[in-house]
Parts: sequence; C-alpha cells; structure tokens
Amino acid sequence: MGLLNRMGTVVKAKMNKLVGKLEDPRETLDYSYEKQLELLQNVKRGVAEVTTSKKRLELQKGKLLQNIDKLDSQARDAVKADREDLARLALERKNGLQSQIQSLDQQIEGLNKDQEKLQATEKRLSAKVESFRTKKETIKAQYSAAEAQVKITESVTGISEEMADVGLAIQRAEEKTENMKARSAALDELLEQGTLEDFTGKEDDIEKELAKISATSNIESELASLKREVGK
Amino acid sequence: MIVRIMGEGQYKVSSSLLDELNAIDNRIVNYVGKESESDFRSELTKLIATVKNNGTPIDDAEIVESDIIIPPEDMTLEEATEIFSGQGLIED
Repeated sequence: MGLLNRMGTVVKAKMNKLVGKLEDPRETLDYSYEKQLELLQNVKRGVAEVTTSKKRLELQKGKLLQNIDKLDSQARDAVKADREDLARLALERKNGLQSQIQSLDQQIEGLNKDQEKLQATEKRLSAKVESFRTKKETIKAQYSAAEAQVKITESVTGISEEMADVGLAIQRAEEKTENMKARSAALDELLEQGTLEDFTGKEDDIEKELAKISATSNIESELASLKREVGK
Repeated sequence: MIVRIMGEGQYKVSSSLLDELNAIDNRIVNYVGKESESDFRSELTKLIATVKNNGTPIDDAEIVESDIIIPPEDMTLEEATEIFSGQGLIED
C-alpha cells in the first residue's frame, strides 16, 4: 500500500469522526457548520500564535545583536589595555552569538513560511465555510428528505475532508511553535548564564571540531585586525 | 480526478496522470523503507510538483471530495514512517 492510500485512509478516519452520527440528516448540516466555525477560529488563533513566536524570536535576535556590539567594544578595550586574553574571550563569545543569530534567522524564515501557509489556509477555509452555509440553507429549504440526504452527504463529506486537512495543518504548526518556544526559553537562560557553547546541538564530533577550527581562525583574524586598528 | 495536496488545497488533474503518480508513490514507499531522507524528500517534492504542473487549482469556495490525498510538502520521514506503521499523523 502506497503513501497516498495510507494518507487517504488517515484523512477518511478523521473525517468520520468529524461528521459523527446524528439521527436527523439536517442536523448533520448544522453540526458540521458549527464545527467549521470553531475550526476557523482555531486557524485564526494559529496564525496569531505563529506571529507571536516570530516576534519573540526577532526580539531575541535584537538582544543578541546588542550583546555582540557590547562584546565588540569590550574586545577593543581589552586590546587597548594589552589584555589579549580578555579580547580573545570576548571574540569567542561573539562567535557563539553569531552562530545563534544564524540559527534564529533560519527559524524566523521557517515561521514566515508557516504564517503565509496558515493565512492561505484561513482564506480557503473561510470561502468554503461560506459556500457551505449557502448550500445548507438551500438544502433545508428546497429538497425533500430523500433528496436532501444525498446532497447532505456530498457537501458534508467534501467539507470534512477540508477540515481534516486544516486540522492537521494547525496541529503541526502548533507542535513547531511549542518546540521553538522551548528552544527559545533555553536560549534565554543560556544568555543569562553567559554560556552559549554547544547549544546548536545536532552536530557530530567532526563537525564540532571543524566548527571550532573555523571559529578559532575567525577569532584570530579579528583579533589581528583589532590590534591594527588600535595601533598595538 | 481531484487531488488534494494537504495544507495547500485541491487540484483537478487528468486521470492519465495516475500511472505517473503511482510510480512516484512506489518509489516513496521504497525510500521510507530504506529511511533515506533525501530521496524521500525529492520524490515527495516531485509528486507535488507533478500535480501542480499538470493540474488546475480548484476554486476556494468549491466543496468537493478528493480521489487522491497527497501529504504536506514538509512532511518529515519520521511522520511518513508513522503513517506506514498505522499510528497515523492526525491525533483523534
């Protein structure tokens, strides 16, 4: 069985749960419509949530940039005072912060995409909900019970599929933002403690060593240019 | 036939595309089995691009059931594995 078949089964199972079993088919219409409105609210909340997360990361990035400025001037002062050891330490920290900023930039970019996607989802769902509402009233007013049954099944099935899809999109976006919140809180804590090493994680030993070498050479060249600038 | 790309909406495509989609789907199954992330990713991207390039988007206000449902483009290999193991992607 392929991925497409499986995906279809997963969505169908979710759809059946959404429709539920109601005695009067006409009630199914109202029940589904209520659920659609709830879902639409959830999407709106999802968009707001992603926007908030993005703002939080942008604030954090701002803080890191400020810290970098501070470390820059500290390194300069240290060189002036012939304290190469201190200057090196400041530059090392700066290097750590810079890689944090890169990772924040990636996360912000990711959230941007999520935000756009959810906004498109909201637009799509709200068009469908509106068209369902019109259909619902027409079915109730114009069709006999037997005819209505067929119409109801058609439109409820169609909208339930959309709802299953949207439900999943929100769920995944929420998981992502939860994840980022945790990372972001951890970063805040590390920033306060002044220890930022190894936070990026996921690297293997070789990558770590290579990163260290490139960081060291960056630091050394920056130190050299600082020395030239202050005439030491 | 109607194809849904999850998270993106539905497209109307010719039924003649089915064989091509099935072929890609089979390769995806194979790559998920081998846990090959990059191959899985490129085939899923190809699957979605095939539908988009050969289909016409269905109007937002139209309510219609799909014949085929394609997972979201950013689905991870782990999520795909979960689907195959029957754990499902969507919580109840």
